[in-house]
Amino acid sequence: MELLRAQDVDKRFVNHLALDKVNISVPENSIYGLLGPNGAGKTTLIRIINRITAPDSGGIFLNGRPLQPDDVYNIGYLPEERGLYKKMKVGEQALYLAQLKGLSRHDALKRLKYWFEKFEMQAWWDKKVEELSKGMQQKVQFITTIIHEPKLLIFDEPFSGFDPINANMLKQEILEMKAKGATIIFSTHNMGSVEELCDHITLINKSKNILEGQIDEIRNRYKSNIYEISFHGEIEKLEKTLNAHYELVEKLKVNGKNAVRIKLLHQTNENELLSLIIPTVEILSFNEVMPGMNDIFIKVVNENKNK
Amino acid sequence: MNKIRLIISREYLTRVKKKSFIVMTILGPILFAALFIAPAWIASMEDTEIKTIAVIDSSSVFINKIQDTDYIKFKYLENTTLDDVRKGFSESEYYAVLQILPSITYEPTAVHLFSKKQPGFAVKSYISSSMEKELRNQKLRAAGINDDVLSSIKSDVSIRTIQWTEDGTEKEGSTEIAMAVGYAGGFLIYFFIFMFGAQIMRGVIEEKTSRIIEIIVSSVRPFQLMMGKIIGVALVGLTQFLLWIVLTFAIITGVKTVLFPQLGTQNAQEVVAQDMFSQNMPDSQQVVQQQNMQEFESIFNSLKTINYGVLIGSFIFFFLGGYLLYGSLFAAIGSAVDNEADTQQFMFPITIPLILGIFVMMNAIQTPDSPVAFWFSIIPFTSPIVMMVRIPFGVPYWELALSMGLLVLTFIGTTWLAGKIYRTGILMYGKKINYKELWKWIRYKY
Repeated sequence: MELLRAQDVDKRFVNHLALDKVNISVPENSIYGLLGPNGAGKTTLIRIINRITAPDSGGIFLNGRPLQPDDVYNIGYLPEERGLYKKMKVGEQALYLAQLKGLSRHDALKRLKYWFEKFEMQAWWDKKVEELSKGMQQKVQFITTIIHEPKLLIFDEPFSGFDPINANMLKQEILEMKAKGATIIFSTHNMGSVEELCDHITLINKSKNILEGQIDEIRNRYKSNIYEISFHGEIEKLEKTLNAHYELVEKLKVNGKNAVRIKLLHQTNENELLSLIIPTVEILSFNEVMPGMNDIFIKVVNENKNK
Repeated sequence: MNKIRLIISREYLTRVKKKSFIVMTILGPILFAALFIAPAWIASMEDTEIKTIAVIDSSSVFINKIQDTDYIKFKYLENTTLDDVRKGFSESEYYAVLQILPSITYEPTAVHLFSKKQPGFAVKSYISSSMEKELRNQKLRAAGINDDVLSSIKSDVSIRTIQWTEDGTEKEGSTEIAMAVGYAGGFLIYFFIFMFGAQIMRGVIEEKTSRIIEIIVSSVRPFQLMMGKIIGVALVGLTQFLLWIVLTFAIITGVKTVLFPQLGTQNAQEVVAQDMFSQNMPDSQQVVQQQNMQEFESIFNSLKTINYGVLIGSFIFFFLGGYLLYGSLFAAIGSAVDNEADTQQFMFPITIPLILGIFVMMNAIQTPDSPVAFWFSIIPFTSPIVMMVRIPFGVPYWELALSMGLLVLTFIGTTWLAGKIYRTGILMYGKKINYKELWKWIRYKY
């Protein structure tokens, strides 16, 4: 089921086109990664989904119907540049932001109490925001983002500024929210977290989305028939057995053992490679090398640049 | 609507709870009260010391002619030279020595006042006015005018102004009161716009620099946020004014009963007035006081005849109208810059009409129906200030209606325009903004 769809979204600022016919489709209850270099238009798209700005043409559909003003109650948004009223007390502020998201004062208090307990920050309630450390402020902000239990969560660079412990905590919360049925969109440069968390991604470059799909499918699409073999024995021997159907890409050490990466060129397959090398060395492992999102990202962006 | 209410209450409560608000609220009335009380207090303090002035009159024209007042006594020394007095002066009882040379009848500078310290203005002016009067009287006598004529020659004129209203009744009015009321109203509006307009601007800049703005506008429309802020700050201002008025009255009444119990029903201003008149004492003090009473009576009469309904109603209207007109512009400026230092270039076009309004107000106090006063009380950017000055003098209803109508239309216009700048500006960082850029923002489609 599709939860959110952006259809042919155009957005032009005075001197440049921020989004050019962007289409994305976010399945319900998935984690959707929004990737792209700086200035590609990710934040603009996010702002359009949050109704902060409006597209010049095209539309955003939630559950198949155009986005309504009241839909902001179903969206939780953590912007890239985070901030709170510095002079305001933590509790008061969280209460205010929760009420702006449509919660009654009573409900907001109850839920805030739960979250403050969970993150062990009850003592902060009456402190001013400026007295908290940056990491603490991030936690407060995270709570205010999810307090109204929105169906759709949008995180813009959620891991920037978090220390590893808090980043991990955030990851767990994201996964937990998904388990509870929420849909999460997040934009990031951190490809490690993309591989770890995302089900779907889209890659935006120079105002266009140039790649979209399920992450496994994309990685399959970009795999390059390279296999990694670790073994006991001499590399030279193995090298000699390879014929024109194979290309030795890389020699390396894996856990202190010799290993190679071999590319299958044409008219051959894994079994033939294995039968070729089994007589010469003692094979310890044999894996297909899947391309990392990092490689795909760089490859696609560069290809796009050359066009 | 519910969200605007939330925003208003946040803007209101955070400001009202601030220390600076509480300090200003308490300090303001103390300053105001001091402004009212200080002259009376000083007047009552100043004269308690009796000053004795030695007079060495070698012209013999003024012997026993300069009369003593309650606090200035004159001692006429005969057969004494200036040097004699000078020797023992610091031990003597004298505050000063007045030396009058024989040439006084034709040479104005033939008088010297010697003292240790620079003598007070009151002493000096009392002496010179007494001497002038005495010289004039002597010259008139020399010209053959007798004392009866002299005493009847002093005349006073006090004009009572009566307005014929359209329904044929007579109203006694006081130009001075009209001026004071108008001036106070116009100036309050000017002050309010600047002080609380700047608060709006700072609030917007704060939201922008702390980056919370993006979170807020993902929950409410920027226009709601802007209006919520403008209204919230207006309520803060009204609260402060109300507290000031109440506290000022409380302090004045309190101090009056403690410091001047003998004054009874007299108010501080009367004390000042009396003190000023007391310099003309050689004429009978009673006449002056009687006149004084008449004047106050007329002031009270005219205070009663001011149309308070129209005055207060239009004050509130122009007060809020002017504030709303400029408030949204202040919000727009705040949104366009990254910090307060950059606001200067945009503040300029806002400051100009306001200061112009104050200048025209000064002029309109003298001539409330001049073409300048008329036009500036119709043009919405200055009308709140200038119209307030004209109202106590009486303004035709159609002018009032036209001015108010234009003010409403203009503030809707500026708010709409400011809203467009605001929603773009609040998300724009690190860019030096100029007027060309603002114009682009206004034309943005959303």
